[in-house]
Amino acid sequence: MIASLSRLLFVLFLITLPGFSGKDRPEPDFKIISFEEFERLTAKESEKLRIFNFWATWCAPCVREMPYFDHANKSNTDMELYFISMDDARRPERVSSFIEKRDIQSPVYLLNDVDFNSWIDKVNPDWTGAIPATLFVKADGSRHFHEGEMEEPELLKLIDQLK
Amino acid sequence: MKNFRTLSLFLFSIFLVSSLVLAQDKGYVVGDTAMGFDLQTVDGSQVSLDGLENNKGAIVIFSCNTCPYVQAYEDRMIDLHQRYAPKGYPVIAINSNDEQVSPGDSFDAMQQRAQEKDFPFAYAYDKSQEVIKTYGATRTPQVYLLEKQDDQYLVRYIGAIDNNYQDAASVSEPYLANAVDALLEGKEVTRKTSKAIGCSIKWSR
Repeated sequence: MIASLSRLLFVLFLITLPGFSGKDRPEPDFKIISFEEFERLTAKESEKLRIFNFWATWCAPCVREMPYFDHANKSNTDMELYFISMDDARRPERVSSFIEKRDIQSPVYLLNDVDFNSWIDKVNPDWTGAIPATLFVKADGSRHFHEGEMEEPELLKLIDQLK
Repeated sequence: MKNFRTLSLFLFSIFLVSSLVLAQDKGYVVGDTAMGFDLQTVDGSQVSLDGLENNKGAIVIFSCNTCPYVQAYEDRMIDLHQRYAPKGYPVIAINSNDEQVSPGDSFDAMQQRAQEKDFPFAYAYDKSQEVIKTYGATRTPQVYLLEKQDDQYLVRYIGAIDNNYQDAASVSEPYLANAVDALLEGKEVTRKTSKAIGCSIKWSR
């Protein structure tokens, strides 16, 4: 009993080590999520600026702007980036091989809910549904939304403004 | 005093013009009168709203070759045309993507795709992007259902074809078919708009 408890404590200790958390993680997360899970993620309390970039592997403008987001995430400790994939959840391997090939460092979640009209307005009423699109959630919970491709200077300026 | 009046008139005209421009930027809303167009189609002919015969309206779909969502809907677009063209609502698919930005959406590529899929509907090229700018579509596929009234075309529905691009058999809300059925029965369209994830328009640079 004591042995298993101390093993548990040891594991807990390991998890709190810097190597196990945040940006030091060597492998990016990839998982398939529901819209409810996405909403919980955006509603979570955080002291950081959180950025949710909607994209897909086949979307050329999305793929063009991805490195700007990924680099900004690496160099900004006070932001957290999530790539939200609109790819077909029946073929998750397309996304996982893309992550590997392009060396994407930030977490990628595939949002699996094709009843688009039921949730697009909940992300932002101004969103027409075109991708790429990006939701910024500030530390105070307020939101900023951008539809369309972004150039790197434009993105960095916006991050600075919202931080 | 006179100067003041001229100035206010001037400012007011600027306000009017800019609000008109802004309104135009957003494109059509349901109830608006849709602009006619005259576009080249893949079979070499022209398609225009005025040129349609014995019709009650038109199903205008902003489309393209390259978007996976469009590709997922092509068979359904064929079915919709076959079902509704005889009842007065033909499908007109319009590709507005710039071929420099998206070479897979060139006129040649459109002709090839139309042949492969044997499109029974007009597949037209909006090379100048004038039509899509006026209508205000932002993604493909995006539908504008038009009803003809006294030689004018009124926008009755704007949005997606249905609510499941992956599987036609799993659709629980066939938005477009419901809207056309309502018009054919002389009723008001219940759901007048819907949103869907779609491919961005490849605007000319």
